[in-house]
Amino acid sequence: MGQHTFILNGSTVTVNVDDDVRLLWVLRDVLGITGPKYGCGINVCKACTSHINGKAFNPCSVQVKDIGPTDQVTTIEGLPATVGAELHPMQEAWLENDVAQCGYCQPGQIMAAVAKVNQVHAAGREITDADLDEIRNICRCGTYSRIRTAIRAGAEAM
Amino acid sequence: MTDLESRPSFARTNLRRRTFVGYLLGGATLAVAADLSLGNPAYAAVPSLPQISELYDLGDLQTDAARPTANLIRIVINTDGTASFELPRMEVGQGITTSTAMIIAEELDLPVDKVHVSLAPARPELMFNQLTGGSNTTVSTYTPIRVAAAIARNALLDAAAIELGSIVALLTSKEGVITGPTGASVSYADLATKAASPTTKAVSVTLAPRSSFSVIGTPQNRVDALAAVTGRKTFTLDLDIPGALPTMVCRPPTLNGSPQSISNRAQVLAMPGVTHVEAVGTGVAVRAATFGQCIDAVRALVVVWNPGSVEGESDATVLAKLRAAEIPLAVPAIPLLAQTIEAEFTFMFRSSAALEPNCAVADVRSDHATVWAGLKAPIVAQGEIAAAIGLPVDKVTVNVVTGGGSFGHKLFNDAALEAAKISQKMGVPVKLMWHRADEPRQGRVHPMATSRIRATVLLGQVLTFEQRHTSVSTDFGHGLGEMISHNLDKLPTGLGNLGFAETIFTLTQELPYDFGVVTQLLNECDMRFNTGSMRNIYSPDVACANELMVDRLAALTGQDPVAFRLAFLKNSRVKDVLRKVASVGQWGRSMPAGMAQGVAVHSEYKGATAVLVEIDCRPATVNRPITNGVTGPRVTKAVIAVDAGLVINPRGLEAQMMGGVSDGIALALTSSLHLRDGHFLEASWDNYFYTREWNAPLDFQCIVMPSTSEQPGGAGEAGVAASVSAVACAYARATGTMPTRFPINHDQLSFTVKPFVPPIPESPTDGLSYTF
Ligand code: FES
Ligand code: FES
Repeated sequence: MGQHTFILNGSTVTVNVDDDVRLLWVLRDVLGITGPKYGCGINVCKACTSHINGKAFNPCSVQVKDIGPTDQVTTIEGLPATVGAELHPMQEAWLENDVAQCGYCQPGQIMAAVAKVNQVHAAGREITDADLDEIRNICRCGTYSRIRTAIRAGAEAM
Repeated sequence: MTDLESRPSFARTNLRRRTFVGYLLGGATLAVAADLSLGNPAYAAVPSLPQISELYDLGDLQTDAARPTANLIRIVINTDGTASFELPRMEVGQGITTSTAMIIAEELDLPVDKVHVSLAPARPELMFNQLTGGSNTTVSTYTPIRVAAAIARNALLDAAAIELGSIVALLTSKEGVITGPTGASVSYADLATKAASPTTKAVSVTLAPRSSFSVIGTPQNRVDALAAVTGRKTFTLDLDIPGALPTMVCRPPTLNGSPQSISNRAQVLAMPGVTHVEAVGTGVAVRAATFGQCIDAVRALVVVWNPGSVEGESDATVLAKLRAAEIPLAVPAIPLLAQTIEAEFTFMFRSSAALEPNCAVADVRSDHATVWAGLKAPIVAQGEIAAAIGLPVDKVTVNVVTGGGSFGHKLFNDAALEAAKISQKMGVPVKLMWHRADEPRQGRVHPMATSRIRATVLLGQVLTFEQRHTSVSTDFGHGLGEMISHNLDKLPTGLGNLGFAETIFTLTQELPYDFGVVTQLLNECDMRFNTGSMRNIYSPDVACANELMVDRLAALTGQDPVAFRLAFLKNSRVKDVLRKVASVGQWGRSMPAGMAQGVAVHSEYKGATAVLVEIDCRPATVNRPITNGVTGPRVTKAVIAVDAGLVINPRGLEAQMMGGVSDGIALALTSSLHLRDGHFLEASWDNYFYTREWNAPLDFQCIVMPSTSEQPGGAGEAGVAASVSAVACAYARATGTMPTRFPINHDQLSFTVKPFVPPIPESPTDGLSYTF
């Protein structure tokens, strides 16, 4: 049993849990943060997508011991605070386009979308179809077309 | 809303009205009820020529099944001015909580966000009327919900008349406030207790026709959209039930195997976090502090297994059995000069798993049990769980939780039943989750099937069209089966002698063309698989085979596929949707070699759908590189037109059509399971290739057809069949070869098969190398 400290959605948290437990279970089972979803546990479905230091990552595939005390972990619950608003522009775009069906994949989709847009903007570009094709998140309800529209709209507002 | 402002409530009397009886319920605040079987349209008599499903379909059966039961649904007006309703159906993403809130808002003159729709727990008294399936929810609940809401509104008006010292005819209701002639007003919040009835009594109410609607038929966003995008929407695995620790099952290496003995139980019990290890029928269950520790424990278990149900079997051996079970085509007496075309199509096993894996929370005590799960047939679940754990049905509470997708999967209670057994055996509450790998390997699948079609043509006329559909047995043991056996006497002549599967087949299949002598027959064999009715049941396979043959018939008679369909389609609604996609999708526009358009229609759920797609089968596209992903041909554009009768929420209907197109693309091109040596090889979303972003159409358009119908049709499944067909037809035209096995890429195994022992893969540790 090890003690692990990191910054979760802006606040420092410390948990007592074995070193090798994947961060997704630390978030969900230990800390009760249920926005990141389980869909595979092997970094394929991307339902658990969250941010580490502003970049998209999949906590199902990271051991808690690999997260340091200064690492900033952001889940969907903490996304609005990163822009100091009630909702992040990408969440607004999701609402505007009524993207969600069952909703299970959508926290991960939004976190991936924000990171993808940041990545593309950092390269000084606008989002293209090729960028959207790189998003691996599964949506078994098949909302892909609305996701594409929403990401473009969200990107403009970001 | 503008015309509502000036419209006095009695203005509705000028409109054609239908009168129904409902109930004011005795209680502290206003509560009303209506019989769930109210107002369902009676079915027509069945003449011999049209196919049965045109006149009496699966929806009618489900609707009829409800008639004899007294099954009240209740709306309560709360003291905060909101209305609450418990829907005896399950929300799995299809948007029925939103459309139901809209129906209530319409009749009650309340804003949609003041209507709270939750999901009812299992209510055994509803008998067959708590099954979510066959896209039947809105069809069967539309009128009773309106009746209840209209009664509530009348009671509020009566109470307001007293409060405001006026008469009902001079009052207007709007957005939860009733205003009198002097401008004085009173809110539903104030009236909730004043309008309450001391006793329960029957009252009659009239419903206005759709011309007065101001909410129904307008695009509305989902009522749970905000919860979904903020991560606050609660699914079964997010529930915090005291003591219900994470639990997983170590499953057998072959399909439906069972544990014989555990070799290292003590060792696994001593692993970090692990609290319990118990063998159950389906495997060895472990309970631990976190799911991560469950995964480690499952992987560490050494278990001796009994053989499964299909040891040694493979795709090829099952296919051989299907071919042997095919009902022979009749040889029709046709003129000598007629041309005959014949083809056989094969549809491989597919997984109906949702993104949310099978899961359930169960707390089984000696005298009572409580279960939480996404269940479309909660009464069946309640009965089966009670039997399995040896408790009376009324000691088992089954709570229905919104599901993360269903696609037919949640008609079954596999996880709820398994969780209850595990909780009983361990003596503690459990939160059971299937691993992703468990889903394709041990979970419900859409059965493998073949469809043989023979058609004859003479002088441009189609004389005969025969179809023999042969399928691995479909499990209907979730209530639909019971529904049929209880309603045998009500079914149209000739259906009563068929088995469940043949009955469902006959009730859903409808060849929309005038093709002379038409026969469509089903035979099912081989019961050893875990099957279910995946979204749209038989229709995607049957329609795909049919529409490919329709294209061949068009070619044989030298006609354009759209013109040929228009010439032979029976129903004007089907023709209209086809014309619509042909014009919006610019049918016939020229395309480069290797690209083509395809078009297809489907008629079911008292509606019609047409799809036009464009596909790119050029090598540069087919071979575009995606790491660990299947690329293949790309559907670059999809246009879908749907006539679903009276549409409650066009925005929700469009969403369902979008999902139907995504499903159709997967079924035609990429998604299948491979059976080898008694087990399915797939264990991940990068093995089982449902449509991904890189396969999604770049251009998607949905047209909701205007309809004058007073009756809603089904929506949840209506988009799948025409989509898979259109993609298949486009592929045939782009490549010059009609595909006969689906999905088209089934031959290539595009992944490394994960081990079967241990049954689930280790979670990676290198996630930080893939950040972006
Ligand atoms: S659960 Fe993390 S990627 Fe699937
Ligand atoms: S909305 Fe259901 S999985 Fe994406």
